[in-house]
Amino acid sequence: MNVLIRLTKSTLAYPGAEKSLITPQLVFNDPTTLPVISTFRILSPTGALVDNNHSLTITSEKIVDLYKHMVTLHTLDTIMYDAQRQGRLSFYMTSSGEEAVSVASGAILEKHDQIFAQYREQGAFLARGLSVQDIMNQLYANSNDHGKGRNMPIHHVNKAINLHPISSPLATQIPHAVGAAYALKLTKPNQACSICYVGEGACSEGDFHAGLNIAATRECPVIFFVRNNGYAISTASKEQYKGDGIASRGPGYGIVTIRIDGNDLLAVYEATKAARDLAVKENRPVLIEAMTYRRSHHSTSDDSFAYRSKHEVDAWKRHDNPISRIRKYMQRPDINIWSDELEEKFRKATKKDILKCLQIAERTKKPPLSEIFTDVYFDNGGKELQPHLKEQKEELDEILAQYRSWYHLEDYKA
Amino acid sequence: MSVRDALNTALAEEMDKDDDVFIMGEEVAQYNGAYKVTRGLLDRFGERRVIDTPITEMGFTGICVGAALAGLKPVCEFMTFNFAMQSIDQIINSGAKTYYMSGGTQVCNVTFRGPNGAAAGVGAQHSQDYSAWYGSIPGLKVVSPYSSEDCKGLLKAAIRDPNVTIFLENEMLYNETFPMSEEAMSTDFVIPFGQAKIERPGSDITIVAHSRNVEFSLKAAEILKEKYNVEAEVINLRTIKPLDVPSIVKSVKKTNRLVSVESGFPAFGVGSEICAQIMESEAFDALDAPVERVTGAEVPTPYAKELEDFAFPTPEIIVRACKKALYMEE
Repeated sequence: MNVLIRLTKSTLAYPGAEKSLITPQLVFNDPTTLPVISTFRILSPTGALVDNNHSLTITSEKIVDLYKHMVTLHTLDTIMYDAQRQGRLSFYMTSSGEEAVSVASGAILEKHDQIFAQYREQGAFLARGLSVQDIMNQLYANSNDHGKGRNMPIHHVNKAINLHPISSPLATQIPHAVGAAYALKLTKPNQACSICYVGEGACSEGDFHAGLNIAATRECPVIFFVRNNGYAISTASKEQYKGDGIASRGPGYGIVTIRIDGNDLLAVYEATKAARDLAVKENRPVLIEAMTYRRSHHSTSDDSFAYRSKHEVDAWKRHDNPISRIRKYMQRPDINIWSDELEEKFRKATKKDILKCLQIAERTKKPPLSEIFTDVYFDNGGKELQPHLKEQKEELDEILAQYRSWYHLEDYKA
Repeated sequence: MSVRDALNTALAEEMDKDDDVFIMGEEVAQYNGAYKVTRGLLDRFGERRVIDTPITEMGFTGICVGAALAGLKPVCEFMTFNFAMQSIDQIINSGAKTYYMSGGTQVCNVTFRGPNGAAAGVGAQHSQDYSAWYGSIPGLKVVSPYSSEDCKGLLKAAIRDPNVTIFLENEMLYNETFPMSEEAMSTDFVIPFGQAKIERPGSDITIVAHSRNVEFSLKAAEILKEKYNVEAEVINLRTIKPLDVPSIVKSVKKTNRLVSVESGFPAFGVGSEICAQIMESEAFDALDAPVERVTGAEVPTPYAKELEDFAFPTPEIIVRACKKALYMEE
C-alpha cells in the first residue's frame, strides 16, 4: 500500500508534473501490472447484442446502406485482385477482413471533415460518396482520375470528399491531419474535424509521436483512427510494440482514447461518431484503436503465407468475418432488414456493375501528355508553366511530332 | 535597417494583411525566436497565430503542410535549416509534391524559413548550406537573400506565393544593416522570384553569388579594382530556384569570364548547376576562360576557428579565382 503525502503549500510543484503527489515508497510503474484496455463491442460474432439495452443511434436504413458498401468493397477487392494477377493493373491492396473498420468510420464524417488516409481505406471513400467508377479510374490512371494518373493504384485523392493525396511514406499523414485540424479550428470552429487513418505498424514512426503530441498541446479537433490488423506487411504486431497496443499510448499524450472491435460495424460506427462529437464540440483529439485482422496479403506484392499460416487466416474468415457478423444481425427474425434473396440479388448486381466500371476505366484514354508538366507550381492560378517546364514540354512536343508513328498517341486524351 | 528587422517587418506586414498567415516553430512566440526574428509578433497577433511548438521538426513541419492543405498560409521557422533535415520528408515528399499529386487541386502555401549555411563556431551539424539540396526538387521555390531589401521583398513574396518556398537566411547577416529605398519601406514592396540583381556593374569578369557571399564578392570586386584595375560585375542571385540564368548569360556575354561563389559543398552544388547552365547556353561561346567555382571545402565543417576559417570562401579566395579566370599571373 502506497503512503501518499499531499504537497503542502510551502512545497513547490514541479512544472512538468504539477499534480504529482509525493511518496516515500520506491515503486516503479510496471506496465505489466496495469489492467489491459478493454475492447468496446456492441455486436458479437454470432449476431447477438452484447448488451440488449444498448441504445443505437444508427438507423436500420443506414445499417443496410453500410452493409452494401462492405459487400461492394469486398466484391471490388476480389475482382481487382484477380485483375492484378492477370496483369491488367500493376498493384492493388485489398481490405479483406477490415471492411467494417473503413466503411463505418467513413460513414460518420460530415461535409467539411478532412480525410488523411493510409492506403486501406477504400471503404471509407465509398461511404463518403466516391463511386466505384471513381475508384476504378484511379486504379487505371486514366484521364478521369482526379490525380491525373500521377499516383500509383490505391493512392486516391478527391477534393469533393476532402480526401487528401495518400502519401506513400508511412505516417506523414498524421501531422498533416493535425495541421488541417488546427486550420479547421481557426476557420470553421466547432463545425468540422479531420480524421487520420493509420496502421499499427506506422504508429512506430516518429510522426505518430509528433502528431499526437502537438494535437494534444494545441487542442486540435482530430480523430486518430488506428487500424490494428495484426500485421505490418510481415511484422506481427507483437514485434511492433511491447505495450498494450496503440491505445495505451493515448493517455500518455493526454488524449482521450478508446479501443474498439473493428469487426463490429455497429461499434465502429457508434464509437467514431461519439469521437467526432468530442473532437468537434470540445476541440479535442481522440484516439481510436480498432482491433481487426488483415485477412489479405499486405498488397499484391506480398505473399503472407511465408510468415503466417493459412489455417490462421481461415480461422478469422470462418469465425469473425465483419461482413457475415452484421448480416447475421440484419437477418435475425426480430431485426429482419435483410434476406437471402436481397443478398443474392445485390451481390449479382454489384459484381456486374463493378465489371462494367472496370471495362469503362480500361477503355478510357490516358491523361493528356501535356499534363506531365502542369501542376508542378501553382502560378497564375496554375495556368502558367515555368520556363524550364515549358522548355521540356516543347522538347517533348517536337519529339512526338517527329516520331509520331512510334508512339501510341491515340491512347492518350488530346 | 538590419536584416533581422527587415524580416520581422515582412512577417508583421503579411500577418496584418492576411489572417490566414500564421507562424509556427520552436521558441518563436514567448522567446521571440532563437534569433529574435519574430520579436513582438506574439503580443501583436496572439497565440493562435504565433505558435511555440514542442521540439519536433517533423511534427511541426508536417502540421504546417497539413494546415496549408486546409487553406492556411503557414510560415514555419526552423531554428536552423540543419534541423530541417529531421523533417525533410515532410518538405519534399509532402510539401513539394502534393499539388502535383493531387492533380492540381490541393495548393500548399507554406514558407519554410530560418538560418542556413555556416554561422561561426558551431561545428559540423550546424554549418551546412542546403541551397543545392532544395534547389534540385521540382515543386519547391528556393530563396537565398542577401540585403535587408532582399529579405523584406522576398519574404513577402514567399508568403504570398501559393507554392512551397524555402527561404534560406544567414545568421551572420541578421545584425548587418543596409540602406532601404523608399519603395522598399512600403507595405506593398515585393521582389519577384527568379530575378537576380546586379549589385555592382562591371565589364571584365562576372562574379555570381548568393546570401553572405555577395558581401565577400563585393569586397573582392573592390580589391580587384584597387589592385588590378579589374572591373568585376557582381550578381546577387536572390533566388536559387527559379535560377535567373538569363541574367548570368547576359553578363557573361559582356565580360566573357565567370566565377561562382557559394558556401555549400562543391559537389553537385549551386556552382555546378551554374556551370552546366552556362555550357548549355549561348554564353558558352562567349567564355574566354573556364568557369571558376569558389565553394566551401568538401569536409564536414570543423569547430576550431583556425580550422573553420579555412573551410569557407573569403574575398581573397574569390580574388584568386578571378585572377585565374583572367589569366593573371600571381
